[in-house]
Amino acid sequence: MDEKWCLGCHLCEYYCAFAQTNEKDMARALKDRKIAPRIQVEDSGNVHFAVSCRHCKEPLCVKACITGALSVEDSVIRIDPDRCVGCYTCVLICPYGAIAPAIAGATAPEGGGLVVQKCELCLQNKMGTPQCVQNCPNAAIVYEDRG
Amino acid sequence: MRYMIIGNSAAAVGAVEGIRRTNVRTDSGREILLISDEPRHTYSRPLISYWLQGKVTEEKMRYRGLDFYDKNGCILLPPKKAVRLDADRKKVFLAGGRELDYDRLLIATGSSALVPPIPGLETVEHAFTFMSMDDAVALRKILTAETRALIVGAGLIGLKCAEGIRESVRSVQVVDLAPQILSSVLDETSAKMMQDHLEKKGILFDLSNSVDRFDQNRAFLRDKTQIEFDALVLAAGVKPSADLVKNAGGRVGRGIVVNDKMETSLPGVYAAGDCTESLDVSSGEIKVMALLPNAYMQGECAGVNMAGGTASFTQAVPMNAIGFFGMHALTAGVYTGETYVDQDQEHYKKLFYGGNHLNGVILINREEKAGVYTSLIRERTPLDTLDFDLLCRQPGLAAFAQTGRDAILGGVL
Ligand SMILES: Cc1cc2nc3c(=O)[nH]c(=O)nc-3n(C[C@H](O)[C@H](O)[C@H](O)COP(=O)(O)OP(=O)(O)OC[C@H]3O[C@@H](n4cnc5c(N)ncnc54)[C@H](O)[C@@H]3O)c2cc1C
Repeated sequence: MDEKWCLGCHLCEYYCAFAQTNEKDMARALKDRKIAPRIQVEDSGNVHFAVSCRHCKEPLCVKACITGALSVEDSVIRIDPDRCVGCYTCVLICPYGAIAPAIAGATAPEGGGLVVQKCELCLQNKMGTPQCVQNCPNAAIVYEDRG
Repeated sequence: MRYMIIGNSAAAVGAVEGIRRTNVRTDSGREILLISDEPRHTYSRPLISYWLQGKVTEEKMRYRGLDFYDKNGCILLPPKKAVRLDADRKKVFLAGGRELDYDRLLIATGSSALVPPIPGLETVEHAFTFMSMDDAVALRKILTAETRALIVGAGLIGLKCAEGIRESVRSVQVVDLAPQILSSVLDETSAKMMQDHLEKKGILFDLSNSVDRFDQNRAFLRDKTQIEFDALVLAAGVKPSADLVKNAGGRVGRGIVVNDKMETSLPGVYAAGDCTESLDVSSGEIKVMALLPNAYMQGECAGVNMAGGTASFTQAVPMNAIGFFGMHALTAGVYTGETYVDQDQEHYKKLFYGGNHLNGVILINREEKAGVYTSLIRERTPLDTLDFDLLCRQPGLAAFAQTGRDAILGGVL
């Protein structure tokens, strides 16, 4: 993420929310619904930037998870919704604020039973590749494995 | 190299993963020996109340998958208590007489319930502690829709138990010496919010009070009232299980004394988790921080060092994420210094700061980006390097200087 190029358009948030719905048409999927994207743009004066899970090499959230619901799979931090009880320990420990309680009625996959949510690089939805990266109009968001 | 771990819970699992990330398993096999007196696959201890509540099955309580021991080259011995350690001869003795050799040993024995010596306790037919799956199973066995439960202790464990059984019993009454609930976690205002919420869910509180004595199913309280009950749960605190190290001549304060590498004063012996005491960086005090995240991270650090790598764990802070019936409290650090407060009926935020540092935070129903605060506390970030006013109102990375943010978010290549 390079804040020099971020316009603060928030499109990434819409593409993220849309990706989670597994629907075909964005307008229909998101119209009149509250969106709860896993990437969030922070705006402060002229500065804009998007924050999502950094997939840390030393992931505090995974280490702190009290149930084992968070784990690293092929360098991506995943949530097993079946084992998450919503204690929010991960929310309390992520230094970037990149894990959030899932909001009932917002754009989570229907019946997903999700209690917390974070970016899983669109591996957990039908898209399969990060939609925020793909649809950022100014290419401010990139996906790179920095080892 | 023969690694031995006494314990099979969060700190032990952390150590296994720490050993294996440093020293990839060789074909020669299963060099990690795990000893535990609990007859179970590793499970998430905090979930015992969720199990009572019917929110998780035993299967869902597994802290790691069924292939965990195989995958990591571990042998979990049949359940037995380790009763003695001889650090000079590098031997551990199990109940029943078996003796085992090790090259590197980790003590991950956790904590046990502190049972107050209340007169007449031995006359109570159904008395429990609430520390293990066995405890939860025993408790569930005797609970009926008619049970009147009495819980001694309004701390995390007592209240989790209260939540776990509330819907399946007739009444739940909680007695505590302190004038507020969760006295080691919340301040007065947030405790009151949580108490109101719990009372709405039908839990009864008797605070600033204590049990003087029991006579079978009757408790006689300090204020001369009496409570009749069918099941008693003692949740008056925990104490580190440090005897193995203590009796072997190792240094023990309130918990086992360890350095940054998780080494005890005994050569070749490490300790991690609830059985240790460690430096709380937010207050500068040595404390027992009986919390799962610390247990895992200490265990992992010990494991890396046991396997010949280098790791140190220097960022322990008290940290609690606790929810009851949908109301969540997130807290971290120590509650000293100047304060910033933002509250309404259902939300509460209180920050404690001073000496250019954030010391502590209490949040009720204000989860958003809470970790940004915790991180400032853990890292001891100088507050004059960021926009603290903005941060008080709105936790986020916007409050950081751009260079700091670039380091986190990637920036220009
Ligand atoms: C009801 C409840 C709710 C909790 N909720 C939370 C929560 O929400 N968040 C949080 O962070 N923490 C919570 N905790 C605390 C958390 O469970 C502990 O911090 C964590 O389990 C500590 O892990 P550990 O590996 O150090 O020790 P433990 O989990 O205590 O495990 C130690 C193991 O060693 C075994 N053992 C001890 N001595 C011997 C011996 N001599 N020989 C053989 N085996 C031995 C014990 O039987 C036990 O199995 C909760 C605890 C309880 C009881």
